[in-house]
Amino acid sequence: MSDATQTFQNLAPSAGAKFRQRTLPILIFAACLAAIPMVGPSRTFYTIAHQMGINIVFALSYNMILGKGGLLSFGHAVYFGFGGYVAMHAMNWIEDGSGLWAGFPVFFLPLVGFAGGALAGAIIGWPSCRKAGTTFAMISLGVAELVFAAAFMFDSFFGGEQGISGDRMNGVELFGLSMGPISEVYWFIAFWTVVGLVGMWAFTRTPLGKLSEATRDNAQRVQFIGYNPQRVRYLVFIFAGGFAGLAGGMAAVNYEIFTPDAMSLVPSGFVLIMAYVGGITYFVGPIFGAILLTYMQSMLSDFTEAWLLYLGVLFIAIVMFAPRGIAGIVFGIWDGLRGSNPGQYIAGLLMKLAGILLMLIGLIVLVEVSVRWSNGYGEVYEPFGMHLGHQNVLSWLIIVVTAVAGVALTRYASKDKEAA
Amino acid sequence: METIVFGLLNGVSYGLLLFMLSSGLTLIFSMMGVLNFAHASFYMLGAYFAFTITGSTSFWIALFIAPVLVGLVGALVERYGLRKVHANGHVAELLFTFGLAYLIEEVVKIVYGKTAVDYRVPDLLNFAAFEIYGATFPAYRIFVIFIAIAMLVGLWFLLKRTRAGLIIQAALTHPHMVGHLGHNVPFIFMTVFGIGCALAGLAGLMAGNIFVTDPAMAVQMGPIVFVVVVVGGIGSLEGAFLASLLIGLLQNFAVGINASFAEIFAFTGLSPTSEVGDITISSLAPVLPFLLLVLMLIFRPQGLMGEQEL
Amino acid sequence: MTTPALSLDKLNKSFGPAKIINDVSLDIAPGERHAIIGPNGAGKSTLFNLISGLYTPTSGTVSLHGQDISDMPPHEINKLGLSRSFQVSNIFTNMTVRENVRCGVLHSMGQGYAWWRNIGSNKAVQQKTWEVLEHCSLADKANVPAALLPYADQRALEIAITIAGGADVILLDEPTAGMSHSETARAVDLIRRASEGKTLVIVEHDMGVIFDLADRISVLVYGEIIATDKPEGIRGNAAVREAYLGDEALPEEVTA
Repeated sequence: MSDATQTFQNLAPSAGAKFRQRTLPILIFAACLAAIPMVGPSRTFYTIAHQMGINIVFALSYNMILGKGGLLSFGHAVYFGFGGYVAMHAMNWIEDGSGLWAGFPVFFLPLVGFAGGALAGAIIGWPSCRKAGTTFAMISLGVAELVFAAAFMFDSFFGGEQGISGDRMNGVELFGLSMGPISEVYWFIAFWTVVGLVGMWAFTRTPLGKLSEATRDNAQRVQFIGYNPQRVRYLVFIFAGGFAGLAGGMAAVNYEIFTPDAMSLVPSGFVLIMAYVGGITYFVGPIFGAILLTYMQSMLSDFTEAWLLYLGVLFIAIVMFAPRGIAGIVFGIWDGLRGSNPGQYIAGLLMKLAGILLMLIGLIVLVEVSVRWSNGYGEVYEPFGMHLGHQNVLSWLIIVVTAVAGVALTRYASKDKEAA
Repeated sequence: METIVFGLLNGVSYGLLLFMLSSGLTLIFSMMGVLNFAHASFYMLGAYFAFTITGSTSFWIALFIAPVLVGLVGALVERYGLRKVHANGHVAELLFTFGLAYLIEEVVKIVYGKTAVDYRVPDLLNFAAFEIYGATFPAYRIFVIFIAIAMLVGLWFLLKRTRAGLIIQAALTHPHMVGHLGHNVPFIFMTVFGIGCALAGLAGLMAGNIFVTDPAMAVQMGPIVFVVVVVGGIGSLEGAFLASLLIGLLQNFAVGINASFAEIFAFTGLSPTSEVGDITISSLAPVLPFLLLVLMLIFRPQGLMGEQEL
Repeated sequence: MTTPALSLDKLNKSFGPAKIINDVSLDIAPGERHAIIGPNGAGKSTLFNLISGLYTPTSGTVSLHGQDISDMPPHEINKLGLSRSFQVSNIFTNMTVRENVRCGVLHSMGQGYAWWRNIGSNKAVQQKTWEVLEHCSLADKANVPAALLPYADQRALEIAITIAGGADVILLDEPTAGMSHSETARAVDLIRRASEGKTLVIVEHDMGVIFDLADRISVLVYGEIIATDKPEGIRGNAAVREAYLGDEALPEEVTA
C-alpha cells in the first residue's frame, strides 16, 4: 500500500517529462521548418521538401490505421486521391469565383481535402471495417482496384488520363502569400505539415485514439469494456481517410494537377513501405520513413535506374531484420549508448555497420554492373575511377568478397552480442 | 451463339490457368496463413524461365524443367526468408511477400529487360484446332486445357491417395494439429510452398505465350489470384476450382458483350450520352473480379466452399 | 421477492448436433456471490459466453435486472452493467497497466468514442483509474507494459479491467487458475474486496476458494445444473459426490 498522501497524478508522467517528450520535439520540428528558408535553399530543395511534407502527412495518416489500429490497407491512396480531387475541383471553383467559393482562400484547401478524404472513408469504411486482419486487407485491395477503374469511367470528376488541373494563384490571399513562387508555397506546405502532425499526435491522446490501440491489441476484450470494435475501427478509419485527404489537398495545391494515377495501387504500396520502413510502432516512425524514401525517390532515381530494386531490398531487410523500422533502430542505438556498457555496445555496433556497409558495396556493384550489362549500350560502371565491366574479373571479385565478408562480419557481431 | 461458344472455350481455358495458379496459393494460404503476394511473381518467373529454356533447347524440355526450377526458388524463399519472418506474425509475412514481389519484378527487369520477350507457342501446336462459325480455335489452348486437367488429376491423386496428401489435407483444416502428430511441419511447409510455386510456374509457362511475357504480368495477375482464393474459400481446392472457372467465364463473357448501361437500363430512361449510360459491360470486364471479391467478403466471408471465415 | 440481478431461463446452446448447455435455469439475487463448479468440459465457459453475449443462445433467455439480454452484442450488455473476466489473460498487451485500466474506466465515465478531448486532462478518469489500480494493488506497476507483468499480476490486471467500468454484476472465469498458494490468497482477498456490494458469479476449480467465497454454489455437469445450494448443502449432496467421483474430491473441511 502506498501512503495516503500520494495523489493519482503521480501515475502520469510529470509536466516536465510531458514537455520534454511531447511538446519539445514538435517545437523543434516546427523551428527547423521555419529556419529552412533562411539558408536560401535551391529550387530542387523546395521541390523535394514539399514532397516530403506531403508524404509525412500521408504516411502518418496511414499509420493511424496500420500502426495504431492494426489494419493493413492496400488502398490508402484512394483517400489521398479523393481529398486531392475534391481540393482540385474546389480550386477551380475558386477560380470561377462562384458563390461562397469566391471568398475561400486557396491556403485552406487542405481542409476541403480533409473533408473529401473523410467522406470517402465514411462511405468505403462502412463495409470494410467490420473485420480486421486479412479480410480488411483484401477488401482494401479490391476497393482500390474498383476505384482506380472507376476513375477512368467518370471523366467529369477524375478528368480521365489527363486528370484535373487548376491554378492556385486565385481567390483570397492569406498571410500575404500569393502562392505563386515556390518559396511562398513552402510556407503553405510547412504550415499544413505541422497542422497534420499535431492533429494526428493529438488524436493518439484522445479516448478514441486509445481505444484504437486497445482494439488493435485485443478486439474481443474491447467489447467487454463497453465498446463496439467495429465502430472504433470505423471512426478511426474516417479520420485516417481525412488526414490522407489533407495530404491530397496539399498535393493538389503544390502540383496544381491531379491524375487517377495518384490513387492507384502504386502510391498505396509506397505509403505502406514508407510507414513500415520508418517504423509503425512509433508515432515518429512514418516521418523518418517519409523523409528517407522521398529523398531516395527523387535523388536515387537520378543516380540509378535500379532504385526500385534498392527500395525492395531495403524493405525486405527491414521486414526480416528490423521489424520496428528505422525509428526502432534509432531508439535502439540511443538506448544502447545509455546502457550499462556503452563501449562494448559501440564496438559491436561499428562492427555491424561495417558488415552492412560491405554487403551494401557488394550489392551496389552487382546491381550496377548487371544493369549496364543488361542494357547492352556498352556503358561501364565506373565508381571512383575504377572500370568495372561485366567482363572484368575484378567486378565479380569485389561482389563476392564484400558480400561474404559482410555477412560473416554481421553474423560475428550479432553472435558476439548474444554471448555478452 | 458464336460469342457463347467462344466465351465458353476461352473462359474454360483461362479459368483452368487461373486454377493452376490459385491451387498453389490456396494450399499455401490455408496451411500457413500466408497470403503470398509474390505468388504471381512465381508465375512470371515460370514464363521467363520457359522462355530461356525454350531458347536454348525446346519447349518440351522447358515444360518439365521450368516449373521445377520455380519450385526450387520458392522452396529457398520459404526456407531462408519466410521462415525467419514467421515469428513476427502474419502481417510481417504478408509484407515480406509484398516486398518480394517488388524485388522479383525489378530483378526480372534487369535480367530480361523492361519490354516483353519473344516467348512463342511451339510450332508443333501452332495451328488451328478447329473452325466454327468461321473463326478458329488455336490448338495450343486445347493443349492448355489438357495439361490443366492432367494437373488437376495429379493433384487430386496426390491429396486423396497418398500419405503425404493426407497430412497436407489435415494441415489445411487444422494447421496447428499436424505438429502434434510428430510430422516435420517446417519441412511440410517448405514442400507445399515449393509445390505451390511450381504450379504457379507451370501456369506462367502455359500462359506466357498466350498473353505477353513482360515484367508487368505479375502485377496484372496477382490481384486476380487473390480474388480466386478468397472467393473460393479458405482450405477448399474445390472452391478455388469453382471460383477460377467462374471468374474465367465471367471475364470472357463480359468482354464479348458490348451493351452499355444505357441499353440495359433503358427502362429507367438512362441517357446513352451520360457517363453512367456510356459504360459498357465489356469495359467492366477487368473490374468484375474485384467487385465479386468485395461483395463476397461483405456478404459471405467464408467464400463459396470454405468452412472458416477469413 | 426482488428482481434477480441475473436470471437464466431454460437456456440451451448447441453447436451442430452437440448440446453443450441443456435447459439451464438459475436466478441470482443482487449482492449474491454465486459459484459455478463442475468437471472439465461441463460447459462452464460456454455458459459465461452465453451470459456475456459472446454467443447467442439456441433457445431460452438471459435477463439482467429483469431485462432480456439474450440477443444483445457484448458491448451493449456491458453498458447495462455486466462485466466479465477471462480464463486466459485477455489484456491489452502493448499498453501499460495504467492505460489498460484507463480503457476499462473510459466508458463508465461517459467518454464514449470521444475524439475531441484529451484523455490525460480528465480528472475524474485519472482519479477512478488510480482508485482501481490501488484497489488491485497494481499502483506501483502502473507504468509497466502489460506484456511484461508477472503472471499473477496479469491475472490481477484482468480483474482490474473487469471491475474498472463499475459494473454491478461481475463474472469471473477461473481467476486463480495457475496461481501459487500465496498468490491465490491474495487473489481471493482482491475478489472479496472487488465484489463488495455487487453480484458475483465465479467459475473456479479451486474448491478452497469456492467454499471460502460463495454464498451459493451451482454444480454444472454435462451442460445441466444438477444442484444449486448453500456450500454446506452441496458438500452433503450425493449426486454431486457421484459426479465428482474420480475427478476431484470435495474437501471435507475447508480452511481459508
